[in-house]
Amino acid sequence: MAESVYLKLVGARLRGQMSYRASFLLQCVAQAVNQLAELGIILVLFNRVSALGGFSVGEVVLMYAIAGTAFGVADMVAGQLDELPMYIRTGTFDVLLLRPLGTLAQMMASDLHLRKVGRILAGLGTMAYALNHNDIAWSAGAVALVVLAPVSGAVIFSSIWVAANALCFWVVDGQELANTVTYGSNAFTSYPATVFGPWLRRFFAFVVPGAFVAYYPSLALLDRPDPLGGPAFLGWISPLVAAASAAVAGLAWRTAVRHYRGTGS
Amino acid sequence: MIEVRELRREFTVTTRTGRFRRDKRVVRAVDDVAFDVAAGEAVGYVGPNGAGKSTTIKMLTGILVPTSGHVRVCGVEPSRGRRELARRIGVVFGQRSQLWWDLPLRDSFELLRAIYRVKAGDHRARLRECVDLLELGPFLDTPVRQLSLGQRMRGEVTASLLHGPELLVLDEPTIGLDLESKERLREFLADVNAQRGTTLLLTTHDLDDIERLCPRLVVIDRGTVLADGPLDGLRAEVAPERVLVVDLERPARLDGLPGVTSHRVEPNGLRHHLTFRRTGTTAAALISAVATRAEVHDLVVVEPDIDDVVRRLYARR
Amino acid sequence: MRAYVFLALAGFRRYSTYRQAMVAGMATNVAFGLLRMAVLVAAVGQGPIAGYDVAATATYVWLGQGLMAVVVLWGDKQLAERVRSGDVVVDLYRPWHLQSALFAEDVGRAGYAVVVRLVPPIAFGALLFPFRWPSAGTAPVFAVSVALALAVSFGMRFLLNATTFWLLDNRGVQALYTALTWLLCGLAVPLAFFPGWALPIVWSTPFAAMLQAPIDVFLERGSPWPFLAGQAFWAVVVLLAGHLVLNRAVRKVVVHGG
Repeated sequence: MAESVYLKLVGARLRGQMSYRASFLLQCVAQAVNQLAELGIILVLFNRVSALGGFSVGEVVLMYAIAGTAFGVADMVAGQLDELPMYIRTGTFDVLLLRPLGTLAQMMASDLHLRKVGRILAGLGTMAYALNHNDIAWSAGAVALVVLAPVSGAVIFSSIWVAANALCFWVVDGQELANTVTYGSNAFTSYPATVFGPWLRRFFAFVVPGAFVAYYPSLALLDRPDPLGGPAFLGWISPLVAAASAAVAGLAWRTAVRHYRGTGS
Repeated sequence: MIEVRELRREFTVTTRTGRFRRDKRVVRAVDDVAFDVAAGEAVGYVGPNGAGKSTTIKMLTGILVPTSGHVRVCGVEPSRGRRELARRIGVVFGQRSQLWWDLPLRDSFELLRAIYRVKAGDHRARLRECVDLLELGPFLDTPVRQLSLGQRMRGEVTASLLHGPELLVLDEPTIGLDLESKERLREFLADVNAQRGTTLLLTTHDLDDIERLCPRLVVIDRGTVLADGPLDGLRAEVAPERVLVVDLERPARLDGLPGVTSHRVEPNGLRHHLTFRRTGTTAAALISAVATRAEVHDLVVVEPDIDDVVRRLYARR
Repeated sequence: MRAYVFLALAGFRRYSTYRQAMVAGMATNVAFGLLRMAVLVAAVGQGPIAGYDVAATATYVWLGQGLMAVVVLWGDKQLAERVRSGDVVVDLYRPWHLQSALFAEDVGRAGYAVVVRLVPPIAFGALLFPFRWPSAGTAPVFAVSVALALAVSFGMRFLLNATTFWLLDNRGVQALYTALTWLLCGLAVPLAFFPGWALPIVWSTPFAAMLQAPIDVFLERGSPWPFLAGQAFWAVVVLLAGHLVLNRAVRKVVVHGG
């Protein structure tokens, strides 16, 4: 019952966004171009070197594809949280509070970024290519990983988005700091964690659990030991990490909204 | 319907006093407000900018949690039962929209039906009524962003009534509207109040709204209730004077009439403004007194307008 | 002329009021600089690529982090919003040349950005990483190159915004522009990293004039004059195109009422 409400909200957004059809299609294309441009950059680098952080081009592209797909899905679902400061400033957030639904779900459903489909498709295409060009021992477990990794990654990224943007309820200009975490995580997860120095790694891999989006699942898929010495099971626990992130993000959002209603804007 | 006791709301305001120094100050936006609204009433909540009107409204609707005090709306504590309350009240903000700006009005209504889980039959009946009375028909299929302000407000009011709320809260509903749209909206709201028995609480700067819609007035200033009562009673209390304006056929002197507290003649000598108190004389007695002195061409009795009443309330403070 | 100077000063002051946003922006800038550094150093650390060793790469990254805010690599929407809301009519009837007025404002904004957005990342990079300073003689040439980069970027953004006169919704064009800029201006990797066959292509776009050209001038990668010539060429082309497009737009607004 409640789900159908959100489906309707999503449908309404689709109609709204399609009202400028040419622009919408162009935005989809731009998203795909964006995603493929990032791939292009990886290939440009590998044109000059044979390994990055100890990984070959195929392996890096695999990580990049998983991360890109997950990020695309998260951006579609949670990307509009970037608008939160505007919602707060203009009082639109108050309107959400006047409805008999949760605020987070309303925000997510009320402006789904459907144009990100372009990015997701490009990500999936890249993933198919990368899976073909890596030496993967296919098994039921590997198939499960291929499906679970981008899904868990999307949940992890969405949680990061929610938690980081909840900051905007306290800090007026929190948006840019939130961007550092959200878009920064994307930049981080697109490459092997071994590329980064210890401080960046500590923050983006574990404080923000970015390493569980693509790095560890890819190691498990490729059946490679972690050059950083992490145990092998880390590649399989992304769904758990995702669930934990979602719980933390939900809590952060609740606290933030409680703070907002407690102190006003 | 609404029960408010010792309601308080404080805000911490930080002001930058130096390059790095900040001053924290606690401001009481609402300070010990109390009033009740019975089911079916229509109450105007009036006050100057920054008086605490919007803060009160936000606490009544569950957007804001009170610092202290007791609030019950439809028997629900708004800050705890936000979602339950949302189903039972309707809220219209004059300056923020609850419609989907790039969708036709009709689609917004359909979405709200889903959000509030209104039965299809109820929805259709209520929508038809609003469409008829507010004449929404011609622009039901127009995207909201292309509507004029007057059209959009009619849409907003409809949107807030589709789930059949017991209480309708309106925050500056007529702000920015032209006279005709204002009048049409007031007529509709008066009808909603009288026919459906929906309780109305409205904040406004336009005192015509009150005059037209609200038999009762709650006046608030600097966070506290200044006056609460029927408009007529308040008028008698703080602005007991009325003015008899007479146009004479020929210039004449009307000095020293009994009960008249002040007297002004316009330069043409024909129009006289005679101010009198209800306690001193009656309009009828004064008119006959005038008639004995001069031939009257036309006359009118002017009540103090609500602007005057409110201004005097503030002045008295 | 005086009016345009005042507009430039107003542009400077307008942006200097957002102090909290500036601090947040700086933190973001540094974080992304570190992430970019890590990836590139992982590559050039194995041996210089196309003349970029670790020091040149660090210089490239931190200079780029600063310059991207000065020249504004992504689009801006100010004019587009005014066109959409119809407010642009007011702008068009003022006794000024709209394009020049907006450029003046943008110069003021850029001036402020040089102080708070270009200097800090350069200082950060120079303090914490090996850094390659140019010879004293290059400094004025670099300044000219940055000015030209700003002119090209402004011209591109103006054209981009002007599309709203014809398209109701130009977000699609805007998004595509951002994607292309990121790839072709030399922000993601130095353009010199591209394979040999691609080099003539990437260097023949106006995007290269917006970021890679001033960086290469700073790094003294060969004579600066070809860079400046290319930038000047694109500056003239895009500003002139903007002027012509504006004339068409004015005629459209005046004749057809928007």
